[in-house]
Amino acid sequence: MNQNVFIELVNPFKDKVFRLAKRLLTSTEEAEDATQEVMVKLWNKKENLNDYNNVEALAMTMTKNYCLDQLKSKRAGNLQIVHNNFTDREPQLDRKLEDADSLEWVEKIINQLPEQLQVLIQLRDVEQYEFEEIAKIVNMNETAIRVALSRARKKIRESMVNAHSYGIR
Amino acid sequence: MELDKIENILEKYFQGETTIAEENQLKEYFSSSDVAQHLEQYKPIFGYFSQVKQQKSTQEIPLKTKKRNVAWLSIAASVVVLLGVGTYLFVSEKNAAQPVAQSELGTYDDPEEALKATQKALALLSNNVNVGIESVQYINEYEQSKNKIFKQ
Repeated sequence: MNQNVFIELVNPFKDKVFRLAKRLLTSTEEAEDATQEVMVKLWNKKENLNDYNNVEALAMTMTKNYCLDQLKSKRAGNLQIVHNNFTDREPQLDRKLEDADSLEWVEKIINQLPEQLQVLIQLRDVEQYEFEEIAKIVNMNETAIRVALSRARKKIRESMVNAHSYGIR
Repeated sequence: MELDKIENILEKYFQGETTIAEENQLKEYFSSSDVAQHLEQYKPIFGYFSQVKQQKSTQEIPLKTKKRNVAWLSIAASVVVLLGVGTYLFVSEKNAAQPVAQSELGTYDDPEEALKATQKALALLSNNVNVGIESVQYINEYEQSKNKIFKQ
């Protein structure tokens, strides 16, 4: 496998790897590093890549594990820095400002979920993988994934409702 | 329009039972401008999902560089090793040309002296061999007593 073939193979899911890394890690830079790391690991495996029937799932699994390892090694020492790179550059300022604010809320709420649930939300609600694929990536069965996902979504809803009706009730 | 339907899907969504198509329907509905008042609170959730998906990694994948480094490193290492072996062989070749080795091997010039030294060395050797045999002889004892007990 030469470089071009590899790039072509990797390109469709490179951004997904990046977004999953960004979901779990705290800054864009860290996520970029993680993406790079995963890609280089894949590249080093290139002779065996044909043995895997789903390279994308493999990459996502590697990303998940890599990020969780990173978090484990850092959790002891480092302070978490919350990134807010989700700013919107569209017009209709007044409306958008309010929206951006609530989008940030969602982000904060999701960041407070346990990592396992964050991964599931990322894979399902953002990347829209089928349950079958998620099962391969996180190595859980589909029922367990559905249950966990339902729990995560309900938690998000609960926190959103609280935030939405803050001061009313 | 199909508010009932949306509420239905939404309920399923929170149970984790929606399909991708249904989730897309939700996303579409909540990104439109006329979201029912009581569902307004879900708007940011779906908006957020769509927005996050726009993010892209801007970095290039540094494939060749890392690989190259390893290759160069191994080439450099083998050059160093070759140089080391080469100089060692070169130097030892030079040394071998001189008859230094002879004096270091403990050679005797006087035959009498040589005989004595050889005898001494052989005696030492045979002594040590005898020590070995002595301890092996115990085994014979075992063999005898074993034969006494287990008579064939």
